[in-house]
Amino acid sequence: MTTIFERDNGAENEYLGECEVSYKLDNKYCRDKKLKLPGVSEGELCRHYTQLADNTYGVNNGFYPLGSCTMKYNPKINEKVAALEGFSDIHPLQPKSTTSGAAEAINLLSKYLCEILGMDSVTLQPAAGAHGEFLGLLLMKAYHADRNDAKRNKIIVPDSAHGTNPASAVMTGFEIVNIPSAKDGMTDIDKLKEAVGEDTAGLMLTNPNTLGLFDKNILKITDIVHKAGGLTYCDGANQNAIMGVARPGDMGFDIVHVNLHKTFSTPHGGGGPGSGPVGCKSFLSKYLPEGECSIGRVKAFYGNFLVAVKALCYITSLGCDGLLSASQIAVLNANYVMSKLSGLFETVGDGYCMHEFVITLEKLKSETGINALSFAKALLDEGIHPPTMYFPLIVPEALMIEPTETESKKRLDDAIEIFKDLYNRAKAGEDMHNAPKRTYVSRVNEVAAARNPIVKA
Amino acid sequence: MSIKFTKTHEWVKFTDDNTAYIGITDYAQSELGDVVYIRLPEAGETLTTGQPFTDIESVKAVSEIFSPVDGVVSESNELLDAAPELINEAPYDTWIIKAENINKTAEFLTEEEYNEIIKG
Amino acid sequence: MANYISITESEKKQMLDAVGVSEIEELFGGIPEKVTLKAPLAIPHGLPEQKVFAKMSAMAAKNKVYRSIFRGGGAYRHYIPAVVDSICSKEEFVTAYTPYQPEISQGVLQAIFEYQSMICRLTDMDVSNASVYDGATAAAEAVAMCKTPRKNKALLSSALNPQIIETVKTYCFGSDTPYEILPHTDGKTNVDFSDSDASCIIISQPNFYGVIEDVEKICENAHGKGIKVIVCCNPISLALLKTPGECGADIAVGDAQPLGIPLSFGGPYLGFMACKTELTRKLPGRIVGQTTDTRGNRAFVLTLQAREQHIRREKASSNICSNQALCALRAGVYLSAMGSRGLERAASHCAAKAHYMAAELCKIKGVSLAYKNEFFNEFLTICPKPEAALSALDDAGILGGLVVDGKVLWCVTEQNSIDEIDEAVGIVREVCGK
Repeated sequence: MTTIFERDNGAENEYLGECEVSYKLDNKYCRDKKLKLPGVSEGELCRHYTQLADNTYGVNNGFYPLGSCTMKYNPKINEKVAALEGFSDIHPLQPKSTTSGAAEAINLLSKYLCEILGMDSVTLQPAAGAHGEFLGLLLMKAYHADRNDAKRNKIIVPDSAHGTNPASAVMTGFEIVNIPSAKDGMTDIDKLKEAVGEDTAGLMLTNPNTLGLFDKNILKITDIVHKAGGLTYCDGANQNAIMGVARPGDMGFDIVHVNLHKTFSTPHGGGGPGSGPVGCKSFLSKYLPEGECSIGRVKAFYGNFLVAVKALCYITSLGCDGLLSASQIAVLNANYVMSKLSGLFETVGDGYCMHEFVITLEKLKSETGINALSFAKALLDEGIHPPTMYFPLIVPEALMIEPTETESKKRLDDAIEIFKDLYNRAKAGEDMHNAPKRTYVSRVNEVAAARNPIVKA
Repeated sequence: MSIKFTKTHEWVKFTDDNTAYIGITDYAQSELGDVVYIRLPEAGETLTTGQPFTDIESVKAVSEIFSPVDGVVSESNELLDAAPELINEAPYDTWIIKAENINKTAEFLTEEEYNEIIKG
Repeated sequence: MANYISITESEKKQMLDAVGVSEIEELFGGIPEKVTLKAPLAIPHGLPEQKVFAKMSAMAAKNKVYRSIFRGGGAYRHYIPAVVDSICSKEEFVTAYTPYQPEISQGVLQAIFEYQSMICRLTDMDVSNASVYDGATAAAEAVAMCKTPRKNKALLSSALNPQIIETVKTYCFGSDTPYEILPHTDGKTNVDFSDSDASCIIISQPNFYGVIEDVEKICENAHGKGIKVIVCCNPISLALLKTPGECGADIAVGDAQPLGIPLSFGGPYLGFMACKTELTRKLPGRIVGQTTDTRGNRAFVLTLQAREQHIRREKASSNICSNQALCALRAGVYLSAMGSRGLERAASHCAAKAHYMAAELCKIKGVSLAYKNEFFNEFLTICPKPEAALSALDDAGILGGLVVDGKVLWCVTEQNSIDEIDEAVGIVREVCGK
């Protein structure tokens, strides 16, 4: 596609009129280098971005079973509400007396999230899940420091964790203790017992975990950590499986983050903006950014406010019963797809999955040479966004499938047939190493991109 | 000039008792895939046996390279800045650093012993 | 009640049969009884869309929307061309995930690549990332980029926006990074590097008080001591002011909210980060690069990923794994629509009208500029009765300047007409001038 710079013909749009007054800044303050932004007419600009949109794949384009990302439908009413002037055109530093509606939205969403998560307090400041992890770990740091227990500098993380968990722990000055998962995909209780001690600051755990399984020993796990003097952090990325069914707070977690852009239907926007509110138990509330022994702010102002408004709109629409249905159908959809695929593909864990499940293509790879990457790329030609690839790291040739509750049975059935068809074609010797073939570009040379980075025009 | 190996997939070629070239093995480069970048240590950096002295990146992985000796970096292979793929193409002809003032080393393996290990 | 579910009751039954259970609850059998909720969540029942809209609209209506705003302090009301909203509400952009699959994501990848290019041109730096959460976190991430095993102390100008200072402090608390706050004299950062062992200094251009700092001089002195310079900039001012690149800065960051993003009560905004080539591999966050596909066509892809947490895990320098892509898209569309001349004009409006307002205000008895140094579009005034003046403005539907230490920090943009300025000055004169 032509870039916007290549479309530049020097055209100028007229958005602002002449200024009635003038002022000349001294030359010593002014830039010498001519600014070179694209010069295109508004019509050409629209065509440019329409072409870019045509080559972008969103949830509204088709099935998007990207595991761990909860690509559910993003309701239109949320967008309409967030665009209301009363939300979108208010200044974060205008007098508090003039923003009672914003305060109401923030308080109401915080209250609902506390209830859904089983926590006592919530902050909406973090802008993403990873940002929430960062804040949650700072709560741990502040808590231990406050108790003069500074020797607690280790965070226990299972090997199935999202990469952000260890990265967040290091940003907050902790060391990582990795523990392997047990064969059934659950936390290895013996390994956890060995890992905890006087230097344990806390545990970070995703539950339901990244294999799509609910850790059946969760109470035992949080108890072991607490008895050792550590705190427990729940990565709530998979909250979509358990709304109205179970709550991190009741599982013994002290801190949790959720992703409004996953569970609460706010759009991902091609990578953001998201929002990662953090909930905690009352004994930690005072360390929240808004608390009296605050860890400080992690972001300017009140977090991604408009994203919070959208999530509030969603919860208001669904209510307690709708949230429960959403989780139930999310789990049903995942189990339905899993039951249809488990004949051909090896799945991880036994019994039912939660809202997502992991298949391994190790056997297919050894039989046909088609690995998870090629299989995923072949799915692109069939109009499906591939599942999450090669995650969790503990499963070789993994594909992680999360259909979400908003998919229709017809979509699921079609996708199941496509998975089966591709499997059979791979077994029959079809070469998928050059897939995809029908997309706008074919497989992209990532090695060249990284060896010789061209990052601007 | 004989070549020695480590369990952590580095090779060492001594030019005299306390000077040596260090690189990574053919097995290491094949596991890593297409190398896209390697951070080159500066001359004068201290090397400690068993401690990482740099890391090396492929598109989907990053791996530490451990020093097989105690000593000091005397030179890095500047060619790798522009052409990190040399490590894939000729791992045993492509040294990463030259070490000097070597006064201690890891326990080295012979080629046969190393081959046994990677057969695993 | 809405729940956006497509599965009908009869389909549900078929699916349960296929799975081999009779009730949906059986699928949750792996959850221990002890942690299973026994009662419904204490959240009201769902509502139909019409009622939801009424409820949310009522909430929005409780917030005051000013017809005229003279307040900045990190959030700015600029004119947003209609085309920005139109393009950025395209569903493909709105509902896509991070472009992990480049073959079906060329549009969003190219949009980010173009954004990166425009940020580099604005700041005159070599490399830009795909954006981070906001300007304050961009500054905090930039500090982390400058740390070395030997040097880690950060110098923070006291003339930075307080939101930035507080955020950087929190990140420093996390990573056990020492910092020092530098004083300012007459609104300009006062730096003495003579015996500094710092790794970096962060300053703002223009700074919180609107004052234009001597960035070039600071860079020269800092570099003499091996200290890196991070400049937080207002992107609109960059159409006019000497760029971070021209001044010799190592990293340019800032909040790109002024580029087509509404005030939104503080978020979502857009943190931009750009740096010199040498620092590329320390730059956190997503970066889009240009390459080719197997047929030799130009293609874009997320690149240099080995820097990032999903590969480097605990060795990554940042945990960030998203960007504000939709906000970056807004900035890209805004900059393309405005073009060089449009942005220059916006910047000239800001500077000219701010100086006009400052001059008019200073004609009022007792009102004067707190600092004599040159400014861009914000300025601090001494004002006899700040609260009373602001309250009178508020009554007229005008959000006046921000009170800072008993003085008033005003902000003027192209959105403020001369008539509006005259009106606001008149109200202040009524209150203070007698």
